[in-house]
Amino acid sequence: MSSPLDLAGARPGPAFTVTFDGRDIEALPGQTVAAALWAAGITSWRTTRGEGRPRGVFCGIGVCFDCLVTVNDRPGQRACLLPLQPGDAIRTQEGTGHDD
Amino acid sequence: MTDRPRLAVIGAGPAGLAATVAAAAHGVRVTLIDAAAQAGAQFYRQPAAALRAGRPQALHHDWRTWQRLREALDAHVRAGAVEHLTDHHVWLVERESGRFTVHALLGPEEEDAVAVSADAVVLATGGYEKVLPFPGWTLPGVVTAGGAQAMLKGALVVPGRTAVVAGTGPLLLPVAVGLAAAGVKVAALVESAAPRAFLRRTRALAAQPGKVAEGAGYAARLLRHRVRTLARHTVIEAHGIDRLEAVTVAALDGEGGVRAGTERRIPCDTLAVGHGMLPHTDLAETLGCRLDGLRVHVDGEQRTDVPGVWAAGEATGIGGSALALTEGHIAGRSAAVRLTGGTPDPQEWVAAAKSRTRLGEFAAALDAVYAPPANWSEQVTDDTVVCRCEEVTAGTVREAVAQLGAGDLRTVKLLTRAGMGWCQGRICAPGVVGLAGCELTASRRPFARPVPLGVLAEEHSQSTTRAHTHPTDGGPS
Ligand SMILES: Cc1cc2nc3c(=O)[nH]c(=O)nc-3n(C[C@H](O)[C@H](O)[C@H](O)COP(=O)(O)OP(=O)(O)OC[C@H]3O[C@@H](n4cnc5c(N)ncnc54)[C@H](O)[C@@H]3O)c2cc1C
Ligand code: FES
Repeated sequence: MSSPLDLAGARPGPAFTVTFDGRDIEALPGQTVAAALWAAGITSWRTTRGEGRPRGVFCGIGVCFDCLVTVNDRPGQRACLLPLQPGDAIRTQEGTGHDD
Repeated sequence: MTDRPRLAVIGAGPAGLAATVAAAAHGVRVTLIDAAAQAGAQFYRQPAAALRAGRPQALHHDWRTWQRLREALDAHVRAGAVEHLTDHHVWLVERESGRFTVHALLGPEEEDAVAVSADAVVLATGGYEKVLPFPGWTLPGVVTAGGAQAMLKGALVVPGRTAVVAGTGPLLLPVAVGLAAAGVKVAALVESAAPRAFLRRTRALAAQPGKVAEGAGYAARLLRHRVRTLARHTVIEAHGIDRLEAVTVAALDGEGGVRAGTERRIPCDTLAVGHGMLPHTDLAETLGCRLDGLRVHVDGEQRTDVPGVWAAGEATGIGGSALALTEGHIAGRSAAVRLTGGTPDPQEWVAAAKSRTRLGEFAAALDAVYAPPANWSEQVTDDTVVCRCEEVTAGTVREAVAQLGAGDLRTVKLLTRAGMGWCQGRICAPGVVGLAGCELTASRRPFARPVPLGVLAEEHSQSTTRAHTHPTDGGPS
């Protein structure tokens, strides 16, 4: 079975580790938060303010704000736009991402 | 060199790139501004540089044109004629005494602000997808068709193993082909339009043999990947608890309603869904440009009715990348001549104008064929969330209409909060107007896409100010 990386002949640099809710996941240089989470099989990283429902990527281009996530304690970042750095701590964002 | 006039082009897609290259070749300095880290935008979206893709063309169509644009852009940048500002999210363009200030926020964080001045602007802001609501559409695993494509082209990732591609419109074909080529099993392509409808438009289609061949090429590749197409079908529900597990599809009857007894369930972990596109017009609106319905009004030179403001590509109407290219080319030529004090002779771009006409007719023919099912809202149960940001249900919207007499988008918004969330109604507006039985109108947002999150969040909750007032809180930069 082909993968998108194979299809595009990608030769990224070595993978690095980031964490998602405390657990290690691998990310490739150039990947956004959403890309690394998808690659790790994770499709939701936010719960809504009202009903606490899970959400992840919807529009993929920064328009819908469904993919909001907390990275390095900063809530409200769009996972589909934000590139990852080694060691980044990604956390599921609950509601607005603030403890109140 | 500093007294040469400066043109700001906003958007580095087919339209903006064509405008930039044409204007630079005709002697004006250009500042090309785009929110993304690289040129290309939607159609020509490139994999992130650090992924070092050796064969990005495997995910693309019309790669030659991209290469030509890319090389021309690079040459103008090297020569100092073009400055390309990446990661610049424009939130406002101001016009004062005939000059322009483009206000942008930097990077995905959108905190640091910059202002760019220019003598004229080309708005090449493209569009975004329209998705109508249905039960289960907020489940993780349900993504927009273009979103799946953008993640594939830009990040080389796919959302799952088994996908259904559904909705309506020409975008569904490349999305299904792209996912299949990338190793995803595409269980079905569900299109609500009828093949018969195409036959009635044969004249406009026959005038574009290249475009028809493009469609046939996609069809052949779908066949090769064993993707079955269900025409005159629609997804009526997405199932799952915390994640998509299956969809129910059904055949449509002559009136655009669901034909009873045709429902069937298709297991999948991904649904890529879209019902067409909408133009990004916020910057044009705040500049005071006239709109025709939902798109920016332009004349034969791609000029808006505001002096010094041109517009091209899908901001002026949805028509695909080829049309965006010709419009951008004409806008760039016209702007270059007018900025240097001349009056353009349209004969100089007569070939581009001719293909613009033909491609415009082709787009209109496609638009008439590809339509969501007429009675789509019948499938939307009262407990279906319509406004994804504010979690407003269809039942609440219906109540606002039936009991409180709301008759337009604005009133529904005030009564229900639908459209008041982070996305500012971009996603829910088509669904809300459909349920309310009113017209989709331009929304007159005070700030353009993307609005600084901090600014938006502040309006909603004082608590979010922390993110904005302490930019050094530790986010990656
Ligand atoms: C997510 C998505 C994926 C698509 N994929 C395909 C595809 O695979 N095949 C296909 O045939 N068609 C695709 N399309 C359709 C596509 O819109 C057109 O084919 C074509 O790209 C339109 O060209 P354009 O130059 O008008 O606009 P675009 O290509 O959309 O370019 C507009 C650019 O302007 C930028 N922009 C907009 N507003 C601002 C702002 N305020 N500040 C800074 N930058 C801004 C955007 O980020 C974007 O980069 C897709 C559309 C979408 C929304
Ligand atoms: S998925 Fe829509 S903003 Fe990120």
